[in-house]
Amino acid sequence: MTLAIQAEGLVKRYGETEALAGVDLSVPAGTILGVLGPNGAGKTTTVRILSTLLRPDAGRALVAGYDVVRQPVAVRACIGLTGQYASVDEDLTGFENLLLIGRLLEMSKSAARERAAGLLERFALTEAGGRPVRTYSGGMRRRVDLAASLVGRPQVLYLDEPTTGLDPRSRNQVWEIVRGLSQDGVSVLLTTQYLEEADRLADRITVIDHGRVVAEGRAEELKRRTGGQTLQVRPGDPADIPEVVRILTALTGTEPLTDGEAGLVTTLADDPVLLSALVRRLDESAIAVDDLGLRLPSLDDVFLALTGRPADEAAGKAAAPADTPAGTRERSAA
Amino acid sequence: MSALAEPGTAARPEASASRIGLLRGVRHGLMLADRSIRSVVRSPATLIDTIIQPVLFLVVFAFLFGGEVAGDWQSYLQTLVPGLMVQIVLYASVGTGLALNTDISKGVFDRFRSLPIARSAPLVGAVLGDVVRYAVALAVLLGLAFAMGFRVRTGPVSVLAAVLLALGLGLTLCWFSVLIGMVTKSPQAVPGIVMAVVLPLTFGSNIFASPETMPGWLEVWVGVNPVSHFVDAARALLLGGDALGAVLSSLAWMAALFAVLFPLALRAYARRTR
Repeated sequence: MTLAIQAEGLVKRYGETEALAGVDLSVPAGTILGVLGPNGAGKTTTVRILSTLLRPDAGRALVAGYDVVRQPVAVRACIGLTGQYASVDEDLTGFENLLLIGRLLEMSKSAARERAAGLLERFALTEAGGRPVRTYSGGMRRRVDLAASLVGRPQVLYLDEPTTGLDPRSRNQVWEIVRGLSQDGVSVLLTTQYLEEADRLADRITVIDHGRVVAEGRAEELKRRTGGQTLQVRPGDPADIPEVVRILTALTGTEPLTDGEAGLVTTLADDPVLLSALVRRLDESAIAVDDLGLRLPSLDDVFLALTGRPADEAAGKAAAPADTPAGTRERSAA
Repeated sequence: MSALAEPGTAARPEASASRIGLLRGVRHGLMLADRSIRSVVRSPATLIDTIIQPVLFLVVFAFLFGGEVAGDWQSYLQTLVPGLMVQIVLYASVGTGLALNTDISKGVFDRFRSLPIARSAPLVGAVLGDVVRYAVALAVLLGLAFAMGFRVRTGPVSVLAAVLLALGLGLTLCWFSVLIGMVTKSPQAVPGIVMAVVLPLTFGSNIFASPETMPGWLEVWVGVNPVSHFVDAARALLLGGDALGAVLSSLAWMAALFAVLFPLALRAYARRTR
């Protein structure tokens, strides 16, 4: 397996504060790595080091086989960078921006023109290509930023919070583009505060907090490793909830969590026989249930377990749209 | 993770280069200079600054104060224009640090720095592009001045020398602007700081009034102020008289200022972009 990015023990200090306290990560060629973490976790610092904009105080990183400190020019020839801090000139048109980058990358004038026009078309910006970027909407801005990072056909692409502040439709467009690039064989490192984004796009996820990697793995692995399974019951008649709580307390030895509004009772389900035992007891008590099942924790739960903060609080704004069933928050927060 | 593999050797020769050659660096700088010129043309605020400032200074000072200072505004115009050449360039240099700081805070700089181009290219581009802006401002000033009745009493070579001297001063003092642009956090802070230095340099000089009319302490300052030497040189070059002494002391000042400001600005640039 070839590694597109391989970083070991990256450390970056700003005076007393340690922005990175030894980050390891690797991205196999052609895959997407999601780097997940709250604001200030060290995601952007990591990207800046891996894209040669910042020198690490310690540690080592190879990108496309080149050392980011010793062979920065070679690394830059292989990478594309998009995100909060890599932008285009707002006074130039979309076309002019892409043309300039093509020219800086030593393309001939005609090749650079062709490339710029091709990228604008691919990202549905042909019509807007002649207007100053200043006049673009947020989604168009992000697309032209992305296009700018692709002019040189990079093998490795960094996307630093590519969808922060975008509306759902624009976000979906960016996701489509990223998936397409990955299918074309581009290796992608994507930082995000959105659990949903990491869950949907990334082959593997690295969770960073306070400048350290706190977990690494596939989304499924992370979910299994941290939260454990939960069992959820929704009685047909909410009046049966106290009885369900009594039964579950008897079975597990701990009181389950109830969400009165959703009519849900949730408990940890480490014991594989719990489900069948519960079904038997509910049957004996003649309690009808609308819903009964085991579920893996969401990445929200994982994030909470790893960082000690809910994802949306850590992110300081609304996190991923709630794709988690109601009631799981209560359990996680307990 | 096991120990890292040894870095690969490059498949493409240009990729293995750890440095960008001088020639390519210059070409990248020129491409980026072209970009900053386009940028100025497109952004109305900067363009208006470049064109309005000379017009404003010329009109306000000649028509408003000319008669009071020199008896009639036509004769004041003769002494005013060479001085304004120096002032205009100093004012325009504020934009250099402002533009660089804006590029950094907006992330445009990082985009350029993530490309395999010379590290100095964005800086070279910004400064070269701004020299064009200074030249435009000077052209507007001289064009309007001629229309208002300003007459050169020397020859075209002397005029060219005066213009080059003013551009040289701009090219020297823009490093101060770059320095401020690099050490301030936000773009908004740049103009205030640069102007705090530029204002006493320009108004505390012989541009607008003769130093003999000033209180003693101010006359001393005007004598020390390097801007006065540049104004003397520009006046001599445009209106006649012995220019050599003033030109030489201007060049000496330029060399001294450059020797101090350029390394400071470069160090700040390297620090900001590390």
